[in-house]
Amino acid sequence: MLTLKCPCCGVTAEETEFAPGGEAHLTRFGPGTDDQAFADYLFARKNPRGVHFERWRHAFGCGKWFHAARCTATLEVFGTYTAQTSTPPEELVAKIKAKRPDWEGFA
Amino acid sequence: MRNRLPSGGSLIDRSTPVSFTFNGKEMKGHKGDTLASALLANGQTMVGRSFKYHRPRGVMASGAEEPNALVNLGEGARFEPNQRATTTEVFDGLTATSQNHWPSLEFDIGALNNKLPRFFPAGFYYKTFMKPRWAWKHLFEPVIRQSAGLGRAPEEQDVDRYEYFYVYVDVLVVGGGMAGLAAAREAASAGAKTLLLEQTEHLGGRLSVDDALIDGKPSGEWISQTTADLGAMENLTIRTRTMGSGVFDHGYAMGYERLTDHAPDTRGPRHRLWRIRAKRIITATGAIERPLAFAGNDIPGVMLASAARDYASLYGVGVGKRTVVVANNDDAYRTAITLKEAGLEVPAILDARPTADGPLPVQARNLGIRVETGTGIAKVKGYKSVVAVAICDQSGDGAILETIPCDAVAMSGGWSPVVHLWSHCGGKLNWDAENAMFAPDPNRPPTGADGQGFVITAGTESGDLATAPALQNAVDAGRQASREAGFTPVERDAPLVIANDEAPMLPVWSMPEQAPNKLRAKSWLDFQNDVKVSDVALAAQEGYVSVEHTKRYTTLGMATDQGKLSNINGLAVLADSLNAPIPQVGTTTFRPPYTPISLGSIAGEARGTLFKPTRKSPIDAWHDKNHAVWEPVADWRRPYTYRRDGETTQQAVTREINNTRTGVSVLDASTLGKILVKGPDAAKFLDLVYTNMMSTLKPGKCRYGLMCTENGFLFDDGVVARLSEDEFLCHTTSGGSDRVHGWMEEWLQTEWWDLKVYTANVTEQYAQIAIVGPDARKLLEKLGGMDVSSGALPFMSFVEGELAGIKARPFRISFSGELSYEIAVPAAQGQAFWDKVLQAGEEFGIMPYGTEALHVMRAEKGFIMIGDETDGTVIPQDLNLGWAVSKKKEDFIGKRAFERDFLQRADRKQLVGLLTENPQEVLPDGAHAVEDGKNRYGQANMIGHVTSTYFSPTLGHSIAMALIKGGSGRMGEVLEFPLAGGKVIKATVVDPVFYDKEGARQNV
Repeated sequence: MLTLKCPCCGVTAEETEFAPGGEAHLTRFGPGTDDQAFADYLFARKNPRGVHFERWRHAFGCGKWFHAARCTATLEVFGTYTAQTSTPPEELVAKIKAKRPDWEGFA
Repeated sequence: MRNRLPSGGSLIDRSTPVSFTFNGKEMKGHKGDTLASALLANGQTMVGRSFKYHRPRGVMASGAEEPNALVNLGEGARFEPNQRATTTEVFDGLTATSQNHWPSLEFDIGALNNKLPRFFPAGFYYKTFMKPRWAWKHLFEPVIRQSAGLGRAPEEQDVDRYEYFYVYVDVLVVGGGMAGLAAAREAASAGAKTLLLEQTEHLGGRLSVDDALIDGKPSGEWISQTTADLGAMENLTIRTRTMGSGVFDHGYAMGYERLTDHAPDTRGPRHRLWRIRAKRIITATGAIERPLAFAGNDIPGVMLASAARDYASLYGVGVGKRTVVVANNDDAYRTAITLKEAGLEVPAILDARPTADGPLPVQARNLGIRVETGTGIAKVKGYKSVVAVAICDQSGDGAILETIPCDAVAMSGGWSPVVHLWSHCGGKLNWDAENAMFAPDPNRPPTGADGQGFVITAGTESGDLATAPALQNAVDAGRQASREAGFTPVERDAPLVIANDEAPMLPVWSMPEQAPNKLRAKSWLDFQNDVKVSDVALAAQEGYVSVEHTKRYTTLGMATDQGKLSNINGLAVLADSLNAPIPQVGTTTFRPPYTPISLGSIAGEARGTLFKPTRKSPIDAWHDKNHAVWEPVADWRRPYTYRRDGETTQQAVTREINNTRTGVSVLDASTLGKILVKGPDAAKFLDLVYTNMMSTLKPGKCRYGLMCTENGFLFDDGVVARLSEDEFLCHTTSGGSDRVHGWMEEWLQTEWWDLKVYTANVTEQYAQIAIVGPDARKLLEKLGGMDVSSGALPFMSFVEGELAGIKARPFRISFSGELSYEIAVPAAQGQAFWDKVLQAGEEFGIMPYGTEALHVMRAEKGFIMIGDETDGTVIPQDLNLGWAVSKKKEDFIGKRAFERDFLQRADRKQLVGLLTENPQEVLPDGAHAVEDGKNRYGQANMIGHVTSTYFSPTLGHSIAMALIKGGSGRMGEVLEFPLAGGKVIKATVVDPVFYDKEGARQNV
C-alpha cells in the first residue's frame, strides 16, 4: 500500500485515502477531430515498466486532484504536483532523469 | 503425564495444573504448556492423520512451522479448524479434536489410500479423474468431496470481537529473540520510536534454550536484563503473542496479535490486526530447522532435533525414552546433550558427515553417547509410533548395518533463515553454499517511496548462524535502522559472546544418498501435503522444470504451513533431478501472511451493520414504523411499498398506484442527488457536462438534462433548476450523486481549470417530498403559505417560500405523469413537513407510496431509468432522447463520440414499448427477443432484450420496454421471446409511452 503526499493540502497519507485516476497529461480531442486521434485519446494508454505520470485524487481528504510521478516497477514516488498543468514540472523531470539515466524522458 | 520429566521446563509453572480434552479424553498439563507440549507430556504421540494418505502423524516442530499437529479448537460459535497445537497455549477447559480421519484417529478408513500410493502419485488430480467423463460427476466428485479439505468449516457465526490498530513508528522490529532484543535496544536508545513484535508469549527465542555467555551473562540472565532495559524505555513498545505477518509497499507492515486465545473468557477483542507504517523495518525472524528425507521420517515420534530440545528444556517433556539423533551438523548434538543430561537415553547420534570432531561432538562423546559418522537412517520402523531405526552408510543405497530400538528420532538437516518478511515486498536472496541455504542479499532490499531499502535483517536471519556474529549483526542492524530513520546511535562497546564453535554442516537432500525408489517413496518432503521425494523426482521426469509449476503439480509447499519445512528440501531434490544448481532452480514466491491469520481480524469491526453503513433519509424512522418493505437503492434504503395488514406486496403496490392516479399520494424522494453549481462560469460549465443547453435556462425554471461520458454513453440524468444567474441545482439519480459530483470536480480541476465554478454536494441538506396526484394542488393550498396555482408555479418551474410554516422550495416536476410538486425542505424539517402533509392530506385519502409504484408509473409514461434502460453502451439517441442532445453547442462531453460511425447506425438497439399477445402475461425482465436464422456461432439470432416490465394497474394490462435492434423502424412487428422450458411469449412493438402521451395530466 503506497503513501502519497497531496500537493494541495500537504498531507502525506495512505493509499486508501486516495483514488487513482489513470495516466496523466492526456490531450482531449473534441468535436471535429480525427477518428484515430479521438480513439487514442479514449483508449490508448501507456503501460510502461518504469517511470509513469499518473493522476490521483485525494478522495477521502481535501478532494483535490493532483499528479504523481512514480516507478511502476519499484513503486518509488519521484514527486507529486498540481493537477493544473499539462506537463510535469521541469525540476521533477530533471530529478527523475538524474535517478534514471536510461529514462527516455517525458513525451 | 507420563512423559513429563522430573525437573526442567523454564516456561511451565508446575504449581498450576490445567485440564483440557483431546478427542474427548480428559488430560492434564501445566500453565505455560502449549497444546503440543501437553499432548506429548500425556504420551499422545499421534495427533492427527495426513491429508492425502491419512497416515498417522505426530508433532514435528515446536513453533509456527508445524505441519502435522493441526487440530480443531473450541466448540460451537468458538470452533476453529487447523489450529497449530505448537502455537496454542493450553488453558483450563480447552477442547481439541484431531482432523482428517473417519471414523476415528486410531482407526481410519481413508488410510486405505496409504496402501494404494501408486494411485496417488504427483499430479494425481490431473491424471486420475479424467475418464470416463460421466464418472466425475457421479463417482469421483462425491467421493473426493467426502474426504477433501483440511479440517472442517465452522458452522456457527463467530461470537468474538476483532479490531484494528493503526500505528506509525520509526523502527519496527519483528522477532523478540536475541537479535530482535539487541536491535530494538540500539534503535530505541538512539531515540527512535520503536515497536517490537514477538510471536510467542516469551522473549528470548532460541537463546532461551541454547547456552551462551553474552557480556559475561548466561543466556537466561542476558534475556531478563535486556528485557528489563527495554521495558524502561518510553519510546519502545513490546507486543508479545503478536506475529509480524507481512511486509508491504512503502514500509507498511501487518501484525497479528492474539489477545485472548489463551484465555477465551477475558473481555475484549480476541485478535487485533496491527497496521503499521515504519520508516525502517528490522526483521529478526531467525531460522527454522530442516527435516532430513529418509524413509519413515513422518512416523509419529520423528521430529526436528530443535523441537525435541525445546520440549525438554522449555516444557520439561521427554518426547521419548530412547531418542536417536540423526543430523548433518553440530547443532543437533545440543539436543543429544540436553536429552542425556535430562536423564533420557540417547542410543546413538547418526552423523551423515564423514567426521565430527568439534566441541559439541566431543562433549557428546564425553557424556558417553555413541556417535556414528558417515551414517544415516535407511528406514524408521513402526506405523503409529517409532519402534526402531535401521541404520546404513549415508553414501550407500540403504543396506542395513544395524537396527537400533528406540521410540523417538530427532533429526536435523541444517537451518534455513526465515526470509519470508524480507521477501514479501521484493527483497532478494543469495544462495549460501556452505550452509546450504538461501539468505537475504543486503544489497538488494525491498525499496520504499524514496527508492531506498526499508527492510534490514538482523541476527541469524541475515545468514550468520553462530551466536557471536549473529548478535553483532543485530546490533549493526539496529544502529543502521535508527540512523536511516534520522537518529544518532549511542556509542557503546561491541557485545562479547562466548559460545561453542560449530564445524561446517554437510548438505544432505536424500538419506541415504543412493536411496532406491522404494525408500524415496516413503521419504517425506512435505508432511502437510503428503509429498515425497519420489513425487518431486517424478514431476521432474515428466518435464516440470519450474519450481512454481512443480509446487502446483505436486502440491509441495501449499496449504497452511506454505512449505516452511519442505521448500528447501523440495527444491534441492528438484534441482538434483534436473541436474541443475539449486540457485538456478530458485524459490517459490513468499507471500504474506507468514502464518494464517483469522478472517475476523481482517474484518475487524467492519461486520454486521458496520460492514457497510446504510444511508437513511430524514424520514426513515417513520417509514420503518409504518410497515415499509425495504429495498436497497445504492447506499440507501428506501421503502419499496408500505404493506397493510392482509395485503400482499403486489396488492400494496397496486393500491398505491391507483391512489396516486386518482387522488393524491406522497413519496419520500430525499435520496435524490442534489449538487449545487455556482460561479460566473456555472452556465458555461453545465453546457459542457450536460448534452443539452443549460445556459438558456431562465432563473426559476427547470430542465431535464442528460450526462454522457466521452464515449457518448448515457450515465446519469436529472432535473436542473436555475436558482439565479450564476447558481444551478443539479438533481442526479439516487445512486449517482457522489459519482456525478466527482465527475464534475474532475473536469473542473483537471481539464477546464480556467472556469470560475464551485460545486457542492448538498444531497443530505434537504428532504425532498413529492406530493403527487390530481388532488396535489388542493393539498398544497391547504398547507398554505404560497401561491401554487399553475399561473404562479407552472410546470417545469419552482418557487421559494413557506409551506405550512416551513421553509420550502416546491419544484413542478413529475416522474409519474401526474400533477406533481417535489418539495425541498431543510433536512431537519423533513419529518415535520411529512407529518403536516399526511395530516392535511387525510381528507383527500393521502397515502405514502414506495419505489415500486414509482417505477410502474414512470414505465407507464415511458420514462427511462438509469441502470434499467441504460447499461453503459446506450446513447441518448437510442432512447428517443435525441431532442435533449444539443445540435447548437460547439462542445460538450460526448459530442465528439456521436460523430463516430457506429453510433449513427440505424440498426442500433433502440427503445421500444411492448404489448404482450396475452395482456395479462408479464414478460420476464431481461428476456431476449429472437429472429429467424442463426448468428455466427450457430445460436439463435438475438435482437434485443426487455429492460423494464410490469403489470400496469392503470391500464389493466402488462407493459414492457425493450432495447431492440433497429427498434424504431419495427412499430407493429410481433416479436418472439423464448423462455426457459420452451415457452414463447409474443409481443407487439409499440411506442414506449403507454399512458397520457400528450402529457395533459402533469401539465395542469
